[in-house]
Amino acid sequence: MTDSAHLWLIPLFPFLGFLLNGILGSRLPRRLTTIVGVLAPLASLVVVLSDFGATVISAASSCRGCGQVTALTLPDAEALSYHWLNIGALHVDFIFVLDQLSAVMLLIITGVGFLIHVYSVGYMRDDPGYARYFSFLNLFLFFMTVLVLAGNFLLMFVGWEGVGLASYLLIGFWFQRDSAASAGKKAFIVNRIGDFGFLIGIFLVLTTFGTLSFGGIAASLSMNPAWHGTVLTVICLCLLVGAAGKSAQLPLYVWLPDAMEGPTPVSALIHAATMVTAGVYMIARTHLLFDRAPIALWTVAIVGAATALFAATIALVQNDIKRVLAYSTISQLGYMFLACGVAAYSAAIFHLVMHAFFKALLFLAAGSVIHAMGGEQDLRKMGGLHKKLPVTFWTMTVAVFAIAGFPPFAGFFSKDAILYAAFLDGTGGKLLWFIGLITALLTSFYMFRLWYMAFLGEPRSESSHHHATPKSMAVPLVILAVLSVCGGWIGIHRFSAYLAPAAAAHRPMPTGNPALEALLSIVAVLAALEGWLIADKYYRRKTERPAQLAAALPFGYKLLSNKYYVDEIYSAIIVKPLFAFSKFVLEWIVDTAILGGLAWLLAGIANITGMILQRWQSGNLRSYAAWLAAGAAAVLLFLLLTGSPHAWSLPFFHSETIYKVSHITVIQSGQAGH
Amino acid sequence: MSFLQHDVPLSWYLLLSAILFSLGVVGFLVKRNLITVFMSIELMLNAVNLSFVTFAYQWHEVRGQIFVFFVMMVAAAEAAVGLAIIIAVFRARSTLAVDRIDLMKL
Repeated sequence: MTDSAHLWLIPLFPFLGFLLNGILGSRLPRRLTTIVGVLAPLASLVVVLSDFGATVISAASSCRGCGQVTALTLPDAEALSYHWLNIGALHVDFIFVLDQLSAVMLLIITGVGFLIHVYSVGYMRDDPGYARYFSFLNLFLFFMTVLVLAGNFLLMFVGWEGVGLASYLLIGFWFQRDSAASAGKKAFIVNRIGDFGFLIGIFLVLTTFGTLSFGGIAASLSMNPAWHGTVLTVICLCLLVGAAGKSAQLPLYVWLPDAMEGPTPVSALIHAATMVTAGVYMIARTHLLFDRAPIALWTVAIVGAATALFAATIALVQNDIKRVLAYSTISQLGYMFLACGVAAYSAAIFHLVMHAFFKALLFLAAGSVIHAMGGEQDLRKMGGLHKKLPVTFWTMTVAVFAIAGFPPFAGFFSKDAILYAAFLDGTGGKLLWFIGLITALLTSFYMFRLWYMAFLGEPRSESSHHHATPKSMAVPLVILAVLSVCGGWIGIHRFSAYLAPAAAAHRPMPTGNPALEALLSIVAVLAALEGWLIADKYYRRKTERPAQLAAALPFGYKLLSNKYYVDEIYSAIIVKPLFAFSKFVLEWIVDTAILGGLAWLLAGIANITGMILQRWQSGNLRSYAAWLAAGAAAVLLFLLLTGSPHAWSLPFFHSETIYKVSHITVIQSGQAGH
Repeated sequence: MSFLQHDVPLSWYLLLSAILFSLGVVGFLVKRNLITVFMSIELMLNAVNLSFVTFAYQWHEVRGQIFVFFVMMVAAAEAAVGLAIIIAVFRARSTLAVDRIDLMKL
């Protein structure tokens, strides 16, 4: 325990930052707020790096020459535990576990988190809620690190709910805007549905295994190697509901596009790089359960593939720069689910990491564009920005190439790994691969569309004030751009070998067929190239074509630009009936009639009793006196009728000992007197 | 020993006490003047004091006499506060008729 006590430090620093900025923030000078807010993730990052980074680097360098990765000299897990709950048979420890999986996540959370904190210094400079912003951001980091470090389901759930809270607070950060406040509520409520499933899953785990710790579950699974039960399937489906809520998968994705109401760095950190990947992390963390539940795993794959394609098609026609990125995030999360569904957990985490790099970069660059345009988010009003914002333009270009999947950028390697794993997956794997390929084409198209519309061509609006990008915003962009280029060079095989102790699939990452892998890579790159060419044709060479196409296919265009009317359908099926039920049944019948009636009844009883009793309180002194006398007379009468005062237990008069003692004293004093 | 114990029976003292008390009660209920009502209360207190003293003497008990001291003390305090209140009431309402001092009536 002692040598892992430093695990506490990782969540501790952001929590201290949250407390300091949250309680004192508005009174502290802005410079101090900045220092506290930025130092907190940096301190955590240093702890994570010193704990694990050294071994990661040494492992990477040691195998550069050896070609094949063997077992790494890392501890499987570092744990730190205290007793937390002891209720009857339920024992839950407060346990932090650091293994390869959580170490990778922590590097992303604190590393990308730190960069985004630095970026926020410039982006939020003029905001009156500066300290509040940083305290919420630190609170998010605290809960996210708790989520990732948690060694059992309950502690994970604490972090899970906590990041939901931080997300809610930050989406509704500009709560004066009605749309931001309701977007926050929407995110919170939709997440509740997912959390409900997650909670049911946790309860099922508890009744099935009798423990909530990941280690205990792994142990009891390994003792029953033949256990492939319906219970496990049900548990996994419940967990999937939770993951789908948090990671914005079908059918619970609706909150993420609206979450773009929050400040752009928040969208980058919470709604692209870290929090929304918690569902993927959770599935990877509990993959031992999913491995035993093929039906659930298959469902994960289907949900992921469907979401990837569905969100990508919506992204094709969105005109808000952040909404395009939001649907792109949903689509990429679908990719990760697809990878989890074909049991390629390391590929999923690999894509998670790469996605964290390039999607955070995309959002930050978009934030830089919005900042420069003075708050304008409509792509149709941008254009020609590459001269005015060179740093943003070049970093954005890197990110676009990375997400489109061109070698040697990061996205190529991770997307390739997922597509390869899907292709090799037994029945239906080819279909999943094909959906992934189409999605890759669409992704490439809408990203280059954004690129052309925002940066190239002629400016489409006369925005008077083009802010330059401050240094605090430019530096994170450049660092993330470097990561988006080089991140993928780790290679999926090295990465999955590193993750193997924590997230090894029961089917190992296939390595056998380099020719097939190369072929699939070429096909994927050709798809991305095709997407680029289409975008180039529509948005550079023949800019009148998109409008013509939209006019030619009004139904399809309207369907896409209205996001398949999903919000409207949910509103009609769920929200409106719920409102009606609340109005007519809960408000009118339950509240007004039953509860209100009861309250009126009680008030009426009190009222009538009061009217009767108030006659006593005449205010007339003599009537009071008469009642007093009558009462005294009644007591006397009662005493007379019930006999002697000895029947009463008045302690002073009744006690026979006193009586006798008195007699003796009488006699004695009588004798003394004579 | 005192002559009282032999000459006058205990019951006479109690009878006197009861008569005084009843007079107090009747005066309290019947009289309209606030000062008379107040004096009736004092009368009742003293009637009780008398019976306390009587019993204390009968049983050679000091506790009854202590009670009397307490009652007298409370009566003195009551007189001080009560008379002050009566003066205040008279200044405010120019009357001491009990029936007309009914501000607390609902």
